[in-house]
Amino acid sequence: MTLILGLRRPQSKHHQSTRHQSKHHQSTPHLNSARAAAGQSLTRRASLSIGALACALSFSAATAQEPIRLGFMDPLSGTFASVGTSGLNVLEFAADYFYNSKGGILGGRMIEIVPLDNKQSPTETQLQFRRAVSEELRIIFQGNSSAVANTLNQTIAKHNRRNAGQEVLQINYAAVDPILTNEECSFWHFRFDAHAVMKLDVLTDFIAMNDELSSVYIIGQDYSFGQVVADNTIRLLGEKRPDIEIVGNEFHPIGQVKDFTPYVTKIASSGADAVVTGNFGADMVSLARSIIDSGLDVPIYTFYAAYDGITATLGADGKDRIRLIHTDRANPLASDERRDFYRAFKAKHPDSDITQSRLANALMMVVQAMEQSQSTDPYDIAVQLEDMRFTSIAGDELWMRGEDHQLFQPLYISKQTDEGIEFDADNSGFGLLTEYEVGTSETITEHSCRMRRPRR
Amino acid sequence: MKKQLPVWLGFALALVFLPSIFDSVLGISILNQMTIWIIFALSYNMLLGQGGMLSFGHAVYFGLGGFMSVHALNLIADEVFVFSITLIPLVGGAVGLVAAIFIGSFSTRKSGTVFAMISLGIGELIVASSLIFADFFGGEAGVTGDRTYGPPFFGIEFLQDAEVYYLGAFWLFVATLFMYLFTQTPAGRMANAVRDNPERAEFIGYSTRRVRFISFCAAGLFAGIAGGLFAINYEFITEENLNALTSGRVLLMAYIGGLGFFIGPIVGAVILTLMNSLLSNYSEMWMLYLGIMFLLTVIFLPRGFAGFIMMHQIAWQNRRLGTLILPYFVTAVPALVFLAAFVGLVELSHKGDDILPFFGLSLGAESMLSWGILLALAGIGALGVKLSRPRLAAAWALANTPTADDRGDVR
Amino acid sequence: MFEVFVFATLNGLVTGLLLFMLASGLTLIFSMMGVLNFAHASFYMLGAYFAYTLSAYLGFWGGLLFAPLIVGCIGAAVERYGLRRVHQSGHVAELVFTFGLAFLIEEAVQFFWGRDTKNYQSPELFDFALFTLFGQEFSAYRGFMIAIACLIFGALYFVLTRSRVGIIIQASISHPQTVANLGHNVPLIFMCVFGVGTALAGVAGVIAGPVLTTFPGMATVLGSIVFVVVVIGGLGSLPGALIASLLVGLLQSYAIAADVGMPELLHLLGLSFDSSHPLNDLWTLNLPQIAPVLPYLLLVLVLIFKPTGLMGNREQ
Repeated sequence: MTLILGLRRPQSKHHQSTRHQSKHHQSTPHLNSARAAAGQSLTRRASLSIGALACALSFSAATAQEPIRLGFMDPLSGTFASVGTSGLNVLEFAADYFYNSKGGILGGRMIEIVPLDNKQSPTETQLQFRRAVSEELRIIFQGNSSAVANTLNQTIAKHNRRNAGQEVLQINYAAVDPILTNEECSFWHFRFDAHAVMKLDVLTDFIAMNDELSSVYIIGQDYSFGQVVADNTIRLLGEKRPDIEIVGNEFHPIGQVKDFTPYVTKIASSGADAVVTGNFGADMVSLARSIIDSGLDVPIYTFYAAYDGITATLGADGKDRIRLIHTDRANPLASDERRDFYRAFKAKHPDSDITQSRLANALMMVVQAMEQSQSTDPYDIAVQLEDMRFTSIAGDELWMRGEDHQLFQPLYISKQTDEGIEFDADNSGFGLLTEYEVGTSETITEHSCRMRRPRR
Repeated sequence: MKKQLPVWLGFALALVFLPSIFDSVLGISILNQMTIWIIFALSYNMLLGQGGMLSFGHAVYFGLGGFMSVHALNLIADEVFVFSITLIPLVGGAVGLVAAIFIGSFSTRKSGTVFAMISLGIGELIVASSLIFADFFGGEAGVTGDRTYGPPFFGIEFLQDAEVYYLGAFWLFVATLFMYLFTQTPAGRMANAVRDNPERAEFIGYSTRRVRFISFCAAGLFAGIAGGLFAINYEFITEENLNALTSGRVLLMAYIGGLGFFIGPIVGAVILTLMNSLLSNYSEMWMLYLGIMFLLTVIFLPRGFAGFIMMHQIAWQNRRLGTLILPYFVTAVPALVFLAAFVGLVELSHKGDDILPFFGLSLGAESMLSWGILLALAGIGALGVKLSRPRLAAAWALANTPTADDRGDVR
Repeated sequence: MFEVFVFATLNGLVTGLLLFMLASGLTLIFSMMGVLNFAHASFYMLGAYFAYTLSAYLGFWGGLLFAPLIVGCIGAAVERYGLRRVHQSGHVAELVFTFGLAFLIEEAVQFFWGRDTKNYQSPELFDFALFTLFGQEFSAYRGFMIAIACLIFGALYFVLTRSRVGIIIQASISHPQTVANLGHNVPLIFMCVFGVGTALAGVAGVIAGPVLTTFPGMATVLGSIVFVVVVIGGLGSLPGALIASLLVGLLQSYAIAADVGMPELLHLLGLSFDSSHPLNDLWTLNLPQIAPVLPYLLLVLVLIFKPTGLMGNREQ
């Protein structure tokens, strides 16, 4: 037991959360006096059970003071949980920081985030979706894994077609499979991240600007995203810099490679000047580690090589070598408003980082849609979101294209370094410094979406 | 069979009326899961419990049946075939059977470790090829179908989960009945014999390999039926439904429920499905609890939950079951206190800044008092269990001693 | 091409010897107690995590010394308070117990250390290239890994065949009753063997953690492959485990290095298929793509044709 006591010390006394205020709790004796002053908040799990109970007992119509409940579906247990929990932290914090602490939205209603743990499994996603329907959650934020996003997209499409009046809206903040806003686009799905081909367009622009490069090696996980990265890198580099030779195009099974050194041997003997990879998680760290350990001094162009322990593990070895294409500029920050948001988040979650600030963008745009329509109905929100233009706290102009529900936003390429870093990652001193950026209007691409709109 | 008619009737009635009791979307969805997992776990028990074959790759037959069923749904939607989707589980079953005939032809030669390892290797190979052959398996995103096409079944189009439930319940009843009848056939009896003593079975003229092969094929058939039901219920299937995780899960279900009893896997499937769907909503640590529960079950209830219930058969025959109630209660109360305190400690250590509501108290990780209370409760609970255990053991011994009047006919 | 071959051999050797460190403990435990320990790779993971924590205070070498000790003690405790009780319920129960234990250890690691990748680094002492061949470095740390593995094999072989302890252990494998009758405490021997076996896995974890990254999934990645190695080598055979480890390591490494596959094979046979052929995925398959599953293929083939494994002499 002493081990449990010794670890996991709480870090901060700040507690401003006003969510989950509950009358059940005001009469209970408080053991923790410091806490009593801070506000009587229930934990989210408990509020969930009470919410479920309330739901089961009565299907009463929404009253003015009832909270607006938004679902957040991502892995919160299991191997992939670190990405999901950091996203949940950001979304909950953003809801408190921007709205709940300022009196709520739609005339005083609080926002409550309900976590739905899908364990990054398509099957569990279906189960959690049914739970969401049971608890009358009509808006679901979801990001991790395109396979899960595809499943959810199709599940929601079927559900909404079969259950008119109980529609559910999918707010996709991180799944980048292009088909979600192309062949498989849906009226009930909005994407707030740039899709893989948009990102690759910018990344290959950046690679093409480097005159010293003459050959590139592509390596990726053997699944749809890895293949999208490989195919489009070859295509786009072929258009932009036909003189750059693709000296390798390798796929490895996802999450099964113990040691990447055999792959790095191939990279080294191919004489590549740079490596492009769409790897994530442990596959990303192991690949980068093996490249570094083999003394191969080439830049690595990546999508997911930061935060959640990756930056700390690569540390000085990854300096000036890891380059990342992403939507959230980390350093230097453009506006004081965003700086304050980051600082406040760090004060509450010292061990966590704002890994996905587009979650805040997504939330703010959804709230704006609610305010404009004075409604929490998914259909009304969807109509408002279409072609919405929005200025983010970073001062960026965002545009949600109505035809395919794809958000356009500035894209950044950053490198891992410890110089000029105001907000580091993993408290390691190292962080991402932006080297290259592309404005919203330049990221706009064509789409093949034939959207079927529901009639109302 | 005649003697058991009331049991089967009760089973059918329960299946019919359960959705009226648990009628929320979530409730129906959990019931649907149960129908699938019960068939799957029962089919697994044909291998391990009845045939003595430990398999680490039983999900292969479940998954392959499921994949083919989703493709069949799509063929129905494209009007290549026209038949009612109510027959889809048969498609899954046929695929499971064919796969089992093929793989069983070489894997059932031996039992024990060799069989277990071949099943592990085959499982990994099939998973790997499922990611390579993306046309059929759909890569990591899997394949999707729609169950609402095809000719309606007496006007039912299976738009709602509740309609699917009754389809699943029907197949569950049929599959359970046939699996039970299988245990009564000579093949089923011989499977037990081969499990317990392969040499003797050989000596009386049976080919152990043939007996194992028959059980193996039957298990594949029913796993495929479960896979077909999965396809109808979820309208999609992915690689994870045939990988080692799913195989491991069905092993847990059968084991926790109790391998030696026909009803065991049913109990196990119900318990694990409930834990999986409900526990995860309340704690991020639910897998930790699941792991602990599983280990405790293996250590203390080696014959599973069904075995635990069956342990009371003698006491019941002795008409002394009543004498156990009080000692059980006296031990259970401190045990529950310990359990609650333990869960409280685990949760508190993960709370960080939030407050943990604990039976009307609000505990905070920063407060030493909170930790003290939980530790004290855990201590009291543990002590209570320790003190009350001898009395329980004595009561148990007494309850299992034959009473004077029926001492004669106790075996 | 020659350089690729040389490095593939070296890489295969490193992977193979790492596998051997795990397989040696597993096969020892199996030959002694008849338990296929599913949680063996979890003890490997525990080794890496304990070493990560300890290295913050005691440096890498402190971690290398103490982490395996801690892991060994945990292993011994598991045997004493868990396995021994379960033993009465038979082999399936034991197997299922270790299966559950693997699950629990993974959860416990996430509970105590979190889910992030851990920044566990190799000591600076080894931050140089042992040699440079064809412009590629072979890091000193990998050389160190090879040395440790060879040391373990030598020591184990010596202890088991040349020492009194080894003779008792070998005797209690084949004739536990006789050994007990001679006055030896067989349960104690079992506990110690389990402890030593898990400690060996711990050593593997300590030295593999820095190169193969320390994260909660590291046991799963290695878990079933160690099983495969032990079964291919023949259950209970130490030399078999060594041969199988190297075989599996080299097989995977060569398969990744070889840029051949179905297209080349079809070309040789003079066949060609349209890209719209329903089996297009099969016709474009190449060897590196399937490298990680080759050991499983080998396993199935070995078990079909020689159920005792390469060097084993018993099945159960």
